[in-house]
Amino acid sequence: MSLEITLFVIFALAAAVSAVMVVTRSNPVIAALFLVVNFGSLAGLFLTLHAQFIAVTEIIVYAGAIMVLFLFVIMLIKPENEQKFLAVNKKIKLTAVFLAALILVQIAYIILFANPSARLNPDLNASVQAGTIESIGTLIFTKYILPFEAAGYLLLAATIGALVLAKKKFE
Amino acid sequence: MNEFYYIIPFIILAAGILISLVIEMYFTSSEKILPWFSILTFLASGFSALFLVNNVKVVFENMLMSGGNVNFFIFIFNLGAALVTLLSIDYIKKYHTYYGEYYILLMSSVLGMSLMAGAKDLIVIFMGLEIMSVCFYALAGINRNKLKANEASLKYFLLGSFATGFLVYGMALVYGSMQNTSLEYLFLNFTKFNTNILFLAGLLFILFGLSFKIAAFPFHMWVPDVYQGSATTVSALMSTGGKAAAFSAIIVSFASVLTVVNTNVFAPYFGAIAVFSMLFGSIVAIAQTDIKRMMAYSSIAHAGYMTIGLASGNSYGVSGIIFYLAAYTFMNIGAFGIISIVEGKNDTNLTIKSYAGLANKKPILAGLLAIIMFSLAGLPPFAGFFGKYYIFIAAVKAKLTWLAIVGVISSAISVYFYIRIIVLMYFKESEEDFVIENSNTGLLSVIIAVLFVILLGIAPNSVINLISYFAK
Amino acid sequence: MTIPIEYYLILSGFMFLTGVVGVLTRRNAIVVFMSIELMLNSADLTFVAFSSYLGNSIGQVFVFFVMTVAAAEAAVGLAIIIAVFRNKKTVNIDEINILKW
Repeated sequence: MSLEITLFVIFALAAAVSAVMVVTRSNPVIAALFLVVNFGSLAGLFLTLHAQFIAVTEIIVYAGAIMVLFLFVIMLIKPENEQKFLAVNKKIKLTAVFLAALILVQIAYIILFANPSARLNPDLNASVQAGTIESIGTLIFTKYILPFEAAGYLLLAATIGALVLAKKKFE
Repeated sequence: MNEFYYIIPFIILAAGILISLVIEMYFTSSEKILPWFSILTFLASGFSALFLVNNVKVVFENMLMSGGNVNFFIFIFNLGAALVTLLSIDYIKKYHTYYGEYYILLMSSVLGMSLMAGAKDLIVIFMGLEIMSVCFYALAGINRNKLKANEASLKYFLLGSFATGFLVYGMALVYGSMQNTSLEYLFLNFTKFNTNILFLAGLLFILFGLSFKIAAFPFHMWVPDVYQGSATTVSALMSTGGKAAAFSAIIVSFASVLTVVNTNVFAPYFGAIAVFSMLFGSIVAIAQTDIKRMMAYSSIAHAGYMTIGLASGNSYGVSGIIFYLAAYTFMNIGAFGIISIVEGKNDTNLTIKSYAGLANKKPILAGLLAIIMFSLAGLPPFAGFFGKYYIFIAAVKAKLTWLAIVGVISSAISVYFYIRIIVLMYFKESEEDFVIENSNTGLLSVIIAVLFVILLGIAPNSVINLISYFAK
Repeated sequence: MTIPIEYYLILSGFMFLTGVVGVLTRRNAIVVFMSIELMLNSADLTFVAFSSYLGNSIGQVFVFFVMTVAAAEAAVGLAIIIAVFRNKKTVNIDEINILKW
């Protein structure tokens, strides 16, 4: 097995298992920590896809910033543990899992049927070039400048919204 | 530099947001200045959009479309938001929740809607939708000491970001299949990708995400709770601007489906959600006792009527939807406006029974509400009638007569609960005794909305001709 | 690039549906929100996989914007959760039901 395949198998398994763990753990703190593992393994997968810049931002933004925010809120409100995943409403939950498995089979079927790799001819150099900070930065600040400005207004609106809702007291 | 000329409406709004931040920060009497300043911004932005309506151009590296129906949409959003602001001045005092941020969030949400209407790229749709939604999540919970408002915003937030997940996943599949995110490219090469099942699955996921925002049938469960729990003025904007923006996004992203013949692979899907939304909304609305919940179910039904236009997939359908959205915006803002005037402190007077005998207490309000209810029910000669008329004509032209018939049946059912309010107002004695506070600005806003409802009803031809000229 | 792109796509489909199951079955608002983050991340994986195999950066630019949105949503969403908790002392969405859900 080449290094590429080994890395893919390790990271993919970690991502899949930690995703399931996030959904099934009854303690929210443990779920949050598994989400960090998930983000980490996703960053690894991005590296196998030659997306260096996105891999680093994934770690900094998601695992670093968003998850810290989550953990702060969990610490602040100390939610009690839920019951075990299948302890209550067993039938409904099993139905949901069953339906999701069914849809997964459908999605996998669609993906395999559409057979995207027949349409793609991956080129290693182009792929590496696409993931560099230069090409992404050039695109963001030339072609995608308008959505970039919009993102600024999105963050402004989010800041104001969060302040209004969570500020302790007004006046 | 020349391109900035075409996006003046956006620039005015964006600058307005920043200036109002400064006003809120430095002026002690911002409570008096800020609403009027934001109304000024909305009007400036809206009328500049109307002024530029003939300059159809794609600007910013194929990111944004300006002119034509896009500017028409921007005009509707801005005028609607200006009316909502006018309503809010007195409404906010009832709950003692004056936060200047309210108006800033209102302006930001309109900026998001305008971006969605003008989008020529999936990224712009996504960013516009998120700016709008993030503002709405916060606005829904703006009465933050009220448990109902907290709950409404939590529900709206969780289900809304659930829908965003579907939208993004769909966009990823579409990007992968067509190697691009430009909607122009999608429009030109639709037939090439038509057979790629991954591409169609992606479009379907995008449609799920947007159906949530238009409050169509399988994704409607948030609507009654959120409209009931959040502030009435915010519900007015959510039900009109939010819905119109999501429809405009559907119209641009499915443009090839809607205007090029023989590509409407989604017709059965649109038809099904149209039928279910119309019937479900109209039938469940009958059983409601809370007027805001009733309006919420009526909003689901109206989303169904508009979806008929999407199912018919021709330019008549598109111009019908735009006309309907304009009419619906003014009708619904008028209706929610009257609800917000009648509403007392602490969520009182919100049941349908509170409207009994309104004609004796407040004859002007009752008259205005009667006009709006006739229009919502789709009776001539008001705007609602012509909205439905154009949509049904489009369906008949697309050989979907059965869909038009279901639409007529559903509006016949809906006449019952709209007329019930008129009967209560004029022929029943008031049971509860309460005083309705006067609100001059609120009344002004409702009168303007009703004037537009009548105007669109008297002269629908000139408006529809303008819209269909651009829709082609 | 010896691994076919289908593997990445199926992995992301699996993560997406895990997130969906989480949203539908979990009752703690914070965990529901974490499941939504899982869905957004699976979309990110699809974007990056396509972007890398196509050799064009647009998908990674899109991921950049998705991250911005996730951050904005996290800020507003957690503020909403705190506002609910302040009034109701719980974040269990089964107990938050004055309105009929």
